[in-house]
Amino acid sequence: MPEQLDQPNGRTSTEAVGQAGAGGAMEFAATEAASIGQATGPSARARSLWSDAWHDLRRNPIFIVSALLILFLVLIAIWPQLIATGNPLACDINMSQLGPAPGHPFGFDTQGCDVYTRTVYGARASVTVGVCATAGAALLGSILGGFAGFFGGWWDALLSRISDIFFGIPIILGGLVFLSVVTNTTVWPVVGFIVLLGWPQIARIARGAVITAKQNDYVQAARALGAGPTRMLLRHIAPNAVAPVIVVATIALGTYISLEATLSFLGVGLKPPTVSWGIDISSASTQIRDAPHMLLWPAAALSVTVLAFIMLGDAVRDALDPKLR
Amino acid sequence: MAEAILQVRDLVKYFPLTRGIVFKKQIGAVKAVDGVDFDLFQGETLGIVGESGCGKSTVAKLLMRLEEPTAGRILLKGEDITRLSGKALKAVRRNIQMVFQDPYTSLNPRMTVGDIIGEPFEIHPEAAPKGERRRRVQELLDVVGLNPEYINRYPHQFSGGQRQRIGIARGLALNPEIIICDEPVSALDVSIQAQVINLMTRLQKEFNLSYIFIAHDLSIVRHISDRVAVMYLGKIVETGDEEQIYEHPTHPYTQALLSAVPVPDPSRREGRERIILAGDVPSPADIPSGCRFRTRCWKAQERCVVEVPLLAVPPHLRESGGPAAHDSACHFAAERDCAATAG
Repeated sequence: MPEQLDQPNGRTSTEAVGQAGAGGAMEFAATEAASIGQATGPSARARSLWSDAWHDLRRNPIFIVSALLILFLVLIAIWPQLIATGNPLACDINMSQLGPAPGHPFGFDTQGCDVYTRTVYGARASVTVGVCATAGAALLGSILGGFAGFFGGWWDALLSRISDIFFGIPIILGGLVFLSVVTNTTVWPVVGFIVLLGWPQIARIARGAVITAKQNDYVQAARALGAGPTRMLLRHIAPNAVAPVIVVATIALGTYISLEATLSFLGVGLKPPTVSWGIDISSASTQIRDAPHMLLWPAAALSVTVLAFIMLGDAVRDALDPKLR
Repeated sequence: MAEAILQVRDLVKYFPLTRGIVFKKQIGAVKAVDGVDFDLFQGETLGIVGESGCGKSTVAKLLMRLEEPTAGRILLKGEDITRLSGKALKAVRRNIQMVFQDPYTSLNPRMTVGDIIGEPFEIHPEAAPKGERRRRVQELLDVVGLNPEYINRYPHQFSGGQRQRIGIARGLALNPEIIICDEPVSALDVSIQAQVINLMTRLQKEFNLSYIFIAHDLSIVRHISDRVAVMYLGKIVETGDEEQIYEHPTHPYTQALLSAVPVPDPSRREGRERIILAGDVPSPADIPSGCRFRTRCWKAQERCVVEVPLLAVPPHLRESGGPAAHDSACHFAAERDCAATAG
């Protein structure tokens, strides 16, 4: 048998093209035009889903804008002194609530601290909480939810009930109870709390997506070829189930950043002297009529950050779907 | 056609019906496949026909070991593969491959054609050395009549017929001896069906493949099959070569099926008599006693209620020695003049 395949009935490739053309002339007309730009010569290298996605993303303006924004945010989160020379904790009460002044483009807050410096330094807490909490919740949620969907049975029943329990905890009340006993002033208790309450949402989405993908014939085909569960999960199910998880995770990232702000506002999230947009927004919100600039800048920074992550998630999801190409 | 490459003996698959969530209690079983026997010979095509829900696709899944049989044996070249697992099962899978019904769900939309057809080589690395895989994939594309340059395209860029060719190329990749085709053309347009069937016939000659061809379209099965088995409610009711089944059917169910085949010739259509079966197919969870076709059969008598007819050459037809003498599971098997059989 193998030698028969090695010499496919002696036809040259041009004849094969001719046959395909004759066989599927009509069917092809539509797809040919659409994909002519991607038509590849015989020397073209094999592409994978991810390299194709990257190829696409590099040409997507939404991706470029959001990626640059996120890169910038990450940079100032790591090295805020790059663009802010002042000290966010050095405040002069004489300057309380004053508007912009030379060297202080965003003005001063109630304590007389420089709003510009605080906004720049606040990126670290918000970005850390947002990114780490989302990464943690998405990782935990998609692994647990994915396994529940893939293996089903007892594992699924157990996991679904556990996630129901976590769903039942009101997030604000839970935050008040859990975080009020924590004396640690770093961001990690907040991150941990958000992961703990956030994973069931992702797990449910992942479980549903995996169950949908699992039923497709191509998974059966892979099994018929002798593929093990790892290959079926990683090559066939995960790429087809990842899109809804990415969407939910990027939306969740925005909510987690605002949840951190909410918890800080309530006094149980991050605590001064940590600098965070949430703390600044909460302290500025009472003074919105007297000094709106105090609220404007941290709120704008928060909105832009959330928007950048949502746009990035959208672009990545589209790039991973070959049908949209 | 000397030695049977695949032998199926008394294959049974029951799906349990349970009640309760925590304390599951079995309250019955759907008897999807209820004792099926057949042989498949090297290089031949065995057609399996029957209505929706008669267990055709379950047979395919059992043969592929995608479902675990409740009882019975599947012998591949004399080796029982029904209890194999792990490495041994993986090795057997190289020899039996499948072409799926729906070309729109049987190809992973997020893999390129090259990845889809190349996956068998990744799962069975011994089948082709790494450097050669890409060339083998392009050869396979050529063999099924697709341009080898389409290797980097995605399934959605192809039409239904082309997708089915990709599915066939994937099935051929490991040089199997048996290909199980579960309604491979029923999702395609009629004009494309012929192309795919012709391709499959050509490949069979080229690679000496044995096909199990499952379909509900009697004309297509007649076109491609050497032998045909007719299934009803999980059992084979009649089996024989193409001429025996289509020209000299003896089982009433086969006769009814054939009388329903559309005839493209109006003058012949006028003269023929159609058999209209009364009622519905009984539930496979509650199969009638005796002959399972008796509830819809116009020949049914007392004997059919108590005695299960066996799939064998009916004694009263054996003497004739003609084409009517073939396996038929009916106590009153008899030829009937179906003036217009499959056109």
